[in-house]
Amino acid sequence: MTATTETTSGAFTPQPGAAPLPRMIAAQTSLETRMLLRNGEQLLLTIVIPALLLVVFSAVPIIDTGAGKRVDFLAPGLLALAVMSTAFTGQAIATGFERRYGVLKRLGASPLPRWALMTAKTGSVLVTEVLQVVLLTVIALAMGWSPTGDPLSVVLLLVLGTAAFSGLGLLMAGTLKAEATLAAANLVFLLLLVGGGVVVPLGKFPHAAQSVLQLLPISALSDGLRGVLQHGGGMPWSDLGILAVWAVLGLGAAARFFKWE
Amino acid sequence: MQSTPAVEVTGLVKRYGAKTAVNGLDLSVPRGCVAAVLGPNGAGKTTTVETCEGYRRPDAGHVRVLGLDPVAEAAALRPRIGVMLQSGGVYPGARAAEMLRHTAKLHRDPLDPDALIERLGLASCGRTPYRRLSGGQQQRLALAMAVIGRPELVFLDEPTAGLDPQARRATWDLVRELRADGVTVVLTTHFMDEAEQLADTVAIIDGGKVIAHGAPEELARGGAEDTLRFSGRPGLDLASLLKALPADTAAAELTPGSYRVEGKVDPQMLATVTSWCAQHGVMPDRIAVERRTLEDVFLELTGKELRS
Repeated sequence: MTATTETTSGAFTPQPGAAPLPRMIAAQTSLETRMLLRNGEQLLLTIVIPALLLVVFSAVPIIDTGAGKRVDFLAPGLLALAVMSTAFTGQAIATGFERRYGVLKRLGASPLPRWALMTAKTGSVLVTEVLQVVLLTVIALAMGWSPTGDPLSVVLLLVLGTAAFSGLGLLMAGTLKAEATLAAANLVFLLLLVGGGVVVPLGKFPHAAQSVLQLLPISALSDGLRGVLQHGGGMPWSDLGILAVWAVLGLGAAARFFKWE
Repeated sequence: MQSTPAVEVTGLVKRYGAKTAVNGLDLSVPRGCVAAVLGPNGAGKTTTVETCEGYRRPDAGHVRVLGLDPVAEAAALRPRIGVMLQSGGVYPGARAAEMLRHTAKLHRDPLDPDALIERLGLASCGRTPYRRLSGGQQQRLALAMAVIGRPELVFLDEPTAGLDPQARRATWDLVRELRADGVTVVLTTHFMDEAEQLADTVAIIDGGKVIAHGAPEELARGGAEDTLRFSGRPGLDLASLLKALPADTAAAELTPGSYRVEGKVDPQMLATVTSWCAQHGVMPDRIAVERRTLEDVFLELTGKELRS
């Protein structure tokens, strides 16, 4: 029955094996980045909204940003927003739907180890952030931004901010339903955009609210970036500390509670 | 190493909360075989396969795949197996060819993705995002992803569900070719003909247990009789026919002129019947051999239709 129609081509002769890890991680990072950049809603969130806010709020005096040029206040805030949009909102939504559509499950049966998948996801977040930072910097400079301060502090803030937001985003993606993640991630994005010192100075809020709001990762990141880039301050230890605590809590909880299916 | 079976499952129990999905299941698949796990929806097919793939931890029992524990030794096992899930598994925005090329990059010595795309009739939709592929195209892409890494063992969970007859045929041909090249294939299906056509060994499962297993022909025979029917002049003397046939054969005139012979229907039996007819000057009209199919076996074993 089966024997009559068989043809031995030898094409499928088993020759199994995993590709070298660096090749797998590079391939996965590249794929994840392409998926992210191809998604219209993601691009709106990560590129269009921060760029638009930067242009509009710098050009038009909608909000009193205190002494100095508006762009000097806004550029660090929108860099913080860019990090949040990619590491938190974008990553949470994308990963939530990957989980829902069995992508994470299927990759779990591939030679790619889970830690390598997470490394690749981080890689694609960083690649996207570099694109965002370059774009926002060019726009801000064109609008007369004059940044000061120590680049190392900036990099450290961006990296810790990414870690903090990634942990929270993955925690959400790995525990909630995809639709719930979509709704919640967008809502949190909006709330933190308003209440996290991104375009509205925290000083505009009542005193009691301020003391809570400044503990948010977005506030720590925007405040830290502003301290360095606008005011030329030294290493912003307290903001770095807040981000580090969020990163440990978020990544720890994500590692503990993430469900792959 | 070739001496151990490709898949060895003994006494597998898997519960989801209060529901027992698999209840003491045994399954052994020799290397180089095509094994079909056959059963209705909810029988425990997917749970069994996903336990072998390392997705589920058994609540009881013993599972070895290529001699390895699928959970504890997952890192060693995964590069050696190919997996096709029942659905999904691909980024909605990824293009068909892009996804297959990517999967190839995760393996050391993969097949040529373009040749495989051509082979599975996906060339026309290679640039189409996964979410816009038809169900059949999505199935074939998942199949391609399962075999691209040149695995030793492939798990296919309902590989032809939702396929049109032509695509189904292409999938069958691919499975036969895998087998010819020495790949072990474990597939789940609720199509009887698929199991009969493809499998060297079939395990029929229902209620989380194997209720029958063996080669498809063996199962279909299963000790029960085949049937020969013919029509002729009413009132023939069947006693003389039975004398010429083996002892365990039965014969009856169901309605006047309509006869049924039950027993081992082979060329010898057929010759005996027709020569007996010739002796009696009877033209055996509408002579027909009826064999049991796996479908009949399943119905007898479970009392229910396979596809509900």
